[in-house]
Formats: sequence, structure tokens, C-alpha cells
Amino acid sequence: MLKKISKLPFKGTPEQEAGLKAVIAECAGNKSLLMHVMQQAQGIYGYLPFEVQAMIADGMDIPLEHIYGVSTFYAQFALAPKGKYNISVCLGTACYVKGAQAVLDKVQAILGIGSGECTDDGQFSMEACRCIGACGLAPVMMINDDVYGNLVPDQIPGIIEKYRTA
Amino acid sequence: METVNLKINNLPVSAPKGATILEAARLVGIEIPTLCYLKEINEIGACRICMVEVKGARSLVTACVFPISEGMEVFTNTDTVRKSRKLTLELILSTHDRRCLSCIRSGNCELQKLCKEFGVDDEQHFEGENPRYDFDDSAAHMVRDNNRCILCRRCIAACKMQDCAVIGANARGFNTHVGSAFEKDLADVSCVSCGQCIVHCPTGALSEKDDTDKVLAAINDPSKIVIVHTAPSIRATLGEAFGLPLGTNVQGKMVAALRRLGFDKVFDTDFAADLTIMEEANEFIERVKNGGTLPMITSCSPGWVKYCEHYFPQLLPNLSSCKSPQQMFGAIIKSWYAQKEGVNPADIVCVGIMPCTAKKFENKRDHQNANGYPDVDIALTTRELARMIDSAGIYFKHLPDEKFDNPLGEASGAGVIFGATGGVMEAALRTAVETLTGEELRSLDFTEVRGTKGIKEASYKIGDLTINVCAASGLENARKVLEEMAAGTSKYHFVEIMACPGGCVNGGGQPVQHAVVRNFVDLRGARAKALYEADAAAKIRKSHDNPAIKQLYAEFLGEPGSHKAHELLHTKYAPRPKYK
Repeated sequence: MLKKISKLPFKGTPEQEAGLKAVIAECAGNKSLLMHVMQQAQGIYGYLPFEVQAMIADGMDIPLEHIYGVSTFYAQFALAPKGKYNISVCLGTACYVKGAQAVLDKVQAILGIGSGECTDDGQFSMEACRCIGACGLAPVMMINDDVYGNLVPDQIPGIIEKYRTA
Repeated sequence: METVNLKINNLPVSAPKGATILEAARLVGIEIPTLCYLKEINEIGACRICMVEVKGARSLVTACVFPISEGMEVFTNTDTVRKSRKLTLELILSTHDRRCLSCIRSGNCELQKLCKEFGVDDEQHFEGENPRYDFDDSAAHMVRDNNRCILCRRCIAACKMQDCAVIGANARGFNTHVGSAFEKDLADVSCVSCGQCIVHCPTGALSEKDDTDKVLAAINDPSKIVIVHTAPSIRATLGEAFGLPLGTNVQGKMVAALRRLGFDKVFDTDFAADLTIMEEANEFIERVKNGGTLPMITSCSPGWVKYCEHYFPQLLPNLSSCKSPQQMFGAIIKSWYAQKEGVNPADIVCVGIMPCTAKKFENKRDHQNANGYPDVDIALTTRELARMIDSAGIYFKHLPDEKFDNPLGEASGAGVIFGATGGVMEAALRTAVETLTGEELRSLDFTEVRGTKGIKEASYKIGDLTINVCAASGLENARKVLEEMAAGTSKYHFVEIMACPGGCVNGGGQPVQHAVVRNFVDLRGARAKALYEADAAAKIRKSHDNPAIKQLYAEFLGEPGSHKAHELLHTKYAPRPKYK
């Protein structure tokens, strides 16, 4: 999958910036620590937007394009922030054979976003995940910490609507 | 040197220890095909076209990176090897835009050549889903068509070699593509327009932005006076496009071809190179005498100038304020020459034939329109000129040798060596030393700054001054010199920087030579030799002795560095952001 770059404006705080700068200060001078710095940065910001990658590029003296290349190579790096409500649809084996793909398609159709993306209003993000250990309830999805099981696609609009109006 | 003995296709070979199979094979005249391999800058063994059989090895190995060992037996042309190469080519073709007829590199494409050699005739062998990419024609100087990209990563290596690294491999697997950070267009990243990616590309994925139609339209417009001038290095490289050996000086045939194409006047940028020296040597002397910013850095290479603006903006005061010869030429054509000929500068179309893609960016910069019109209207690369000559049905090899028009076709040997790294420095020294000492130089050859090494330095005693000079080419080399300057530890007074390794002879607008030539032949040296020979044979070898230059100052400009000279021949720079 090609990762979509989020158009949501960057809202970093001074605390987050100080946190990233501290990580970079520890690692600058050893370019092989790039992945580590990127993981820490994602831990701080939740994703790796342009502003964050540029900070890493300058701090580590590594070309920005190289960092972007790494961030688009590995599935673990996100280019979009998590929404207020993050929906994880399980595509593990049990959920998959019980029709999780149709659930996932429905979520994407309603929100108009793909896996790893966030809606323009910042309310919803979604991703496909692997087994969350609730195979007995397959197919399963989670919205933040709430678990929904035994899903059929027709239930999805109602569930999402609940959060939209919450 | 320790040597290793092995056999390649049953032929005994002795090769230096540490050599690769590819290099050892070359010693006995066996060529192993490569696509991704570029000596020293892209040794990644990724494309799998150079696979060979090694006796006792479990599988085929990549000859470009596999080191030789004692007693090794290599086979480069077995059935298995040929089948492997054919399969690799078919797989590459499966996602390649195969419309060869409309491709700019048709006939000079490394992929096409290999397909022919290995009998790949079923181009639909692996039909299936194809990635499709939009063109990126955002930059002033080039076009990227990823549909023709084979992901060899040579352009990425070239960009890294130029210390820019604004392109790289994005995404993974089937979606892998060459692009910039956050998929920005080339015009929106800190690309310096050097074009080294283009001359390193094996296919038609990267090419200069073609401006030949604009030139033809101007030639066909009877109200326009179309004036062409050719940069120093073009005479040393244009012949390659017509099958002449590397380093053939084709100045006479080039002039004849340009006349036959219909240009009204054919002049020599070397004249403006001499003019650049007059202004630059004067600027240097002024800076030395008046305590100006030192070291002074040359400003002829627009790729270098843009690099400085993006990456070392703090050193912009060190950059000479002189325009490049291309732009000086245009400024003089549309002022002095227009006055002399009694023509309206608005009717003049000034075309530069350049070794350089960055010249297409340079002529659109601010402060490059001294007379209220762009100094230079169109900048063509050597490759574009070659295509124009071909399509006009001009049989280049059989052309007579003709001479440039006058007075702006007159140049010194100092002007012609501008095209090689160290040439501007040497030319400037010839003039600066004689101006400072008031005595004639005994030898005009400053050999210390010649040659294709990335960084060359020398020290000269001029009167009671000691001048430390440096000539760097290739931006990775330039960076080393610049970092010292930025740190305040540089010992130099005068520095020449050329964006392309080896200078303009190896510019991004020069005829494309396949990797096999780049890897095993001294391309830069062979091309530069033609320029140094032209200098050695020249009657006039110092810019300040060029009679046309003397006439220009006497009639029009006054003194070097005069107010008028500043208006016409000098320019300004501004910092550019590293990211947008």
C-alpha cells in the first residue's frame, strides 16, 4: 500500500519538540540510530509528519528524502496522525475467515480513508491490525478501547454514528 | 601489488587482489552486462543482469560486486547465465513503458541494447498490473517519467554524489518508485539542477526539458535575429553524438552545423569566458587589496551557485558577483552588439549551447536581464543540439570546418579551458598575476590545478603576496572545502567550484555515455584533453590579450569593475530554503 500523507495541520507542542530534540541530541553522530530516533519520534508525536522528519534530518545530518524513504518502507511508521477515535479492524486469520474484509471495506467506505489514514476533521483514523486475542468474537474491531464483536457490515454505520455524535 | 589467478571462460586471468569478477573479466576483453552498477558510487548488486556462473557456487553470483579468489573458475556466457539474464530483462520490461519509438533514449538506451543482445522479443511475456506515474515536469531543467524507470538507483547515487540526495527510493515492493521526500515535485525540493541524474540514467526516465521547438520557432520567425553561442566544452563532446571518438575537437564542424541550422550569427561563449576572467580577476584583486571577503569563490557554475544558496547560504558573500559566461554573453549581445549593429535588442533571440541543465534554470533567475530583456532567451544542452542537427538532415561528419563570426567569436586559450575543472582558476591566474605584478608570465601553464582530481590545491607567490588556491569539482568534494570555510579554518584565498565532477566536460547536459564507458574509461580526462590542446595551440592564451575584449572595454565598458560593467555583468544571490 502507498501511504497517504496527511493534510492535517501539524500541531506539535514545545514539550514534544523538546522531547524529540533530547532524543536527537543523544543519537546525533551515529547515523545508524536513525530507525531508533524515528520510533521515538513516532512515540512522541504519534506519527511522522514533514515537520518532524525535517527536524530529524537536520539533527541527524541525514537527507530528508532518506528518512522519508525509510518511513514509507516500514509499515510501523505512520504519515498520518491518529484521530480522536482510532478504529482497528482485525484481519487476523479467524476474523478474516469470518468476513473481516467486508467489515474493513465498510469502515473505509463510510470514512473515505484508507488504512493508516485520518479523516480531514481529525475525528477518525483507521488501520487494519492483526489478532487482538478475541477470536471467539470474530470478526472483531476496536474503537479506542471499546471492542465490537460478531460484526456484520450493516452494523458499522450505526456504531460509527455513535462516536460521531458523542 | 598482490595478484590473484583465476579462469574466466577457460581463459587464464591474473587480476589485482580485491578486484571483482566484472573488473577481472574486463582485463581479458570479456564484457559482462550491467545496469545498476556504477563504479564507486552504486555498487549494490541489485539489478541481477551481471549474473555469472562460478564453479562450485550454489547459485549464480553478481559479477559487479563478487570478489575474485585464487583458482576461481567463472563462466559468463553459459546457457544458464543467458536464460537468467533474459528472464531478468523480461521482468524489468513487465512494468516498463515499452513505447520505445517515442522515447528520447531510443537508440541510446542501455535496456533496449540488452534486450536486443539477449533476444528478448516477447515483451508481453509477463503481462499484468502496471504502476502508472504522472510526469514530473515541474523543474526548469528536466522531466522525470517514472514509467520508464527500472529502479536501478543510479540517479539516486548520482544525486548523493552531488551531496544533494533529494531523490531516493520511496515506498516498497511493487509501489517502490524514485521520488523526493513527501512526494514533492522536483521544483519544490533543494535540487540544484546539475543534471548528473540524467547522464547516469540507463533509460529514458530522466531527460532534459526539451527547448528545441522554441529555437526552431525563433529561427523561422523572420523578425527575429537569432544568435547562438557555444560553451567551451561543447566542441570537445558534440562529436560523441555522431560516433566520433571521445575527446575529438569538432569546433569547425559545430560552427558549420549551427550555420546550416539557420542561426543568424554563430559566436563563441569563450569570448564571454574571457570577459568573465577580466571581471573576476579584477574582483579578486580588489578583494585582496581592500580586505574584502575571502576566499572568493567562482560563480560560473549555476548548479554550484544554487547549491550554495540552498546549503551554504552563509557563504554567499564569498561568491563572486560575476555572472556566468552564458549570461555575460547575452548581456553584451543585447547592449554593445545591438548598438553596433543598430538592431533593437527586443528582436534578438540569444541561444546558448551549454553542457549543463542548470543553465536552463540560470537564464530564468532574477537579476539576469541587464537590458530589460532576458540576457539569454534559451539554453540548449549538447544533447538537444545533437538532436537538432540529426533531425535537420545534416551529415555532421562530412561538414567542412568553419570559423565563428566576429567580433564575439574571438577568444583566448584561457577561455577554452573554462570547460574543465581548474580551467577558470588557471585562466584567472594568468590575468591576475600579470595585473598584480605588471610583468609578463614566463609560463602560462598552472599545471597544479589541472587534472580530474576532485580537490586540487596550489600556492603561488605573486610579488610579495602568497596566494593559496583550490579547485574543487563535484559537490561532494565542494562540501569538504566549504565546511572548512564555514568553520573559518580555510587557508585559501581563491577557490574554483564546479558542480559537476571534472567540470563542464562532464556536465549534466553532455552526450550520455553508457555505464560501461563511465566505469572503465577516463571520460573527464579524455574530454578535457581536447580543451587543453586547443589552449596550447591558441595564438592568444590570456584573456586580457583578446583583442575583441580590449575593444569592448575601450568602446563600451571602460575598465573592469566599472559602473557599466557592474550593471551588465554582475548579479545577486539570495538564500534558498533547504525544505519548502
